[in-house]
Amino acid sequence: MSKRFSNIAVPVVSVLLGLIAGAIIMLISGYNPINGYAALWNGAFGDTFYLGETLRQMTPYIFAGLAVAFAFRTGLFNIGVEGQLLVGWLAAVWVGVAFDLPKVIHLPLSLLAAAAAGALWGFIPGFLKARLHVHEVIVTIMMNYIALHVTNHLIRNVISDQADATEAVKETASLKSPFFESVTDYSSLHNGIYLGLIVAIIMWFILEKTTLGYELRSVGFSQHASQYAGMNVNRNIVLSMVISGAFAGLGGAMEGLGTFGNAFLHSGFSGVGFDGIAVALLGGNAAIGVVLASLLFGALKVGALNMPIESGVPNELVEIVIALIIFFVASSYMIKWLLSRFKKEEK
Amino acid sequence: MEYVIEMLGIRKEFNGFVANDDITLQLRKGEIHALLGENGAGKSTLMNVLFGLYQPEKGEIKVHGKKVHITNPNVANELGIGMVHQHFMLVDTFTVTENIILGKEPKSGGKIDIKRAEKEVREISEQYGLSVDPTAKVADISVGMQQRVEILKTLYRGAEILIFDEPTAVLTPQEIKELIQIMKTLIKEGKSIILITHKLKEIMEVCDRVTVIRKGKGIGTVNVAETDPNHLASLMVGREVTFKTEKKEAQPKDNVLEIKDLFVKDSRGIQAVRGLNLAVHAGEIVGICGVDGNGQSELIEAITGLQKVESGSILVSGQDITNLKPRKVTERGVAHIPQDRHKHGLVLDFPIGENMVLQTYYQQPFSKAGVLNYKEIYKKAASLIKEYDVRTPSEYTPARALSGGNQQKAIIGREVDRDPDLLIAAQPTRGLDVGAIEFIHKRLIEQRDKGKAVLLISFELDEILNISDRIAVIYEGEIVAIVNPKETTEQELGLLMAGSKRKKEGEMNV
Repeated sequence: MSKRFSNIAVPVVSVLLGLIAGAIIMLISGYNPINGYAALWNGAFGDTFYLGETLRQMTPYIFAGLAVAFAFRTGLFNIGVEGQLLVGWLAAVWVGVAFDLPKVIHLPLSLLAAAAAGALWGFIPGFLKARLHVHEVIVTIMMNYIALHVTNHLIRNVISDQADATEAVKETASLKSPFFESVTDYSSLHNGIYLGLIVAIIMWFILEKTTLGYELRSVGFSQHASQYAGMNVNRNIVLSMVISGAFAGLGGAMEGLGTFGNAFLHSGFSGVGFDGIAVALLGGNAAIGVVLASLLFGALKVGALNMPIESGVPNELVEIVIALIIFFVASSYMIKWLLSRFKKEEK
Repeated sequence: MEYVIEMLGIRKEFNGFVANDDITLQLRKGEIHALLGENGAGKSTLMNVLFGLYQPEKGEIKVHGKKVHITNPNVANELGIGMVHQHFMLVDTFTVTENIILGKEPKSGGKIDIKRAEKEVREISEQYGLSVDPTAKVADISVGMQQRVEILKTLYRGAEILIFDEPTAVLTPQEIKELIQIMKTLIKEGKSIILITHKLKEIMEVCDRVTVIRKGKGIGTVNVAETDPNHLASLMVGREVTFKTEKKEAQPKDNVLEIKDLFVKDSRGIQAVRGLNLAVHAGEIVGICGVDGNGQSELIEAITGLQKVESGSILVSGQDITNLKPRKVTERGVAHIPQDRHKHGLVLDFPIGENMVLQTYYQQPFSKAGVLNYKEIYKKAASLIKEYDVRTPSEYTPARALSGGNQQKAIIGREVDRDPDLLIAAQPTRGLDVGAIEFIHKRLIEQRDKGKAVLLISFELDEILNISDRIAVIYEGEIVAIVNPKETTEQELGLLMAGSKRKKEGEMNV
């Protein structure tokens, strides 16, 4: 079985199995799965408004998924995307609120601030891993909590005066798109989607086409061989976390400058960063795969909101379907085995 | 004559690839029977069929004349077939006894009776002259001892027929001698042995008969007494093989590598290289000979910049490279065929083509301004693959999928192609078959004749004696003697390696 075939077949089969398992659960709970999935489909793609919402939801997933995938290709497990996203979100909004600048400067500056903040949040675990061999999973999990509470503190006490949210970002820093609003029936779709696709291309280019990507992939596969070949393994580990964090920080900017237009107190994690792990896994840690997986996750999340309204199926069920899809992707070994079984019988 | 095992007309296919085609192997009681073949000839497949890991498509297996179906390794164990694996299957943190009884623990009232087990293990150990300490932790004993634990494991389970899978690959010359003694004792005690190997010398020394397979086909069985290594080699490879690699007299020129008073600690912080002095000239091969663990690895790592030098100096072509980063060392004209090709030599998940530029990817023409030029990379890869006869389906095949010999040829091609002044070859033929060894030796000598300095590190005395122009014996982190391969013997080297005979400073011609 060729690698390319299994890279595509395994996620597709996983998604199908997840949907089938979801249907069985609906049946057991006394709902009609056909109505349920019809409602899900309509809620995600049924008209231009829903399509707009799906694409808007997809945008931060692209960034979060790319962040996880990028680190993973270097052999690092960045669980800290959530925290990097939160600091990026706040940094973008802060710059977006605090300055008065022409749009051509203000918007890029806000985005840059988000990327820098995320990069810093990625740098710390990367540095600790490279220098002191502290496992990045532990550090990134800790950094998530630090990000959550530090951003909350800053929003409440520094940027605002005991308010629950910051002011809205200036128009010159906003990603809002009158064009998208007009064609999607005033959905919250914003220009960030372009950026998501561009960053996906950038990630593909860095990893596959540059000497930096060659080193990062090499370090990801074999630190020993990379060191033997004269690569600086530690520098690559730090760099990978920094770039990964920058992607995640930009994901936060999508929320801060696009979807919400401000930053607000979070009682808990947004979940986007964690969903990014699933997106990366489903997308096979490749740029194009992450984009497609983001679309699926965006559609599931947005479509789920329509399920209770149209078919009476509780939208928690979609969470179960998503969980099942992840389960099946994670057990890709089993699916590969099944696929090779089917292939044998064909002979 | 009674056969304990008969494998008749065995055929095994994998997805249309025939790994074993009509192979017959008959093991007599009380003999050591060699199974000889190149890497990938189908030796392991055949033994896995016997051990119940694979089911043959055709053919039958008889044990003591009775037809049997070995459906899994447990059935093999019950039939008295035991396997001593090449890669030991031991739990490091367990004691010898705990490892041996694992899965077959003697119990008394729900508790493991470790005392009884230790007693039994000690008895078996003494019976076969294994001298293993049943209470020692596996992590604390030598590789040779660990192998004996593997042997004990099969004996404890009542094996009558022992399969040894390339047992000497991991052993030092001394340990090999001891293993051969153990095998002879086993035979005396009524066991029968199948020895999987591609080392002809061992076959000549211990085996009674040998079955040769080539490219999955059974070539035949011959009595060792009626054959010689040349004949066996030609049976195995399918053509004439020369052992004594032809080479002209060395023409040593200027110093390329100069090591003075080198001190290096190993990764655990223990002094491994202690005041080592060595020089390698252009146009000569210097072979470092010594028992594993006498500072060879640390010496190479120090030269190539992978391990910090405590004190002393390393010069290459007159330039000081002490404690330079690996990349700088590479750029100063040092190439390195690493000891562990899987760990260091290749990124196994990269295509073989991308592995060919592992040290040069950042230079033109393989990249420009940080952007890779895959066309040039694969052009280079294709030409190296052709020149060095690397057998691979394509340049895009992952390095992992290649056989050991072809991986090694790829590494050698890559290292030699950089046109280095100094070529370090660490165990370049480890685990390879005769054909590949011949190829690699020729390439090393070719480099020498081109005026390169070659530093060879090997645990195979034959290899050292065969291709070195000078032999440097390393013992406890020092070069204790420099000898001329034409004037020395294995016995002398063995003594020097063991540190029992140290040449005085004055006699050494460093």
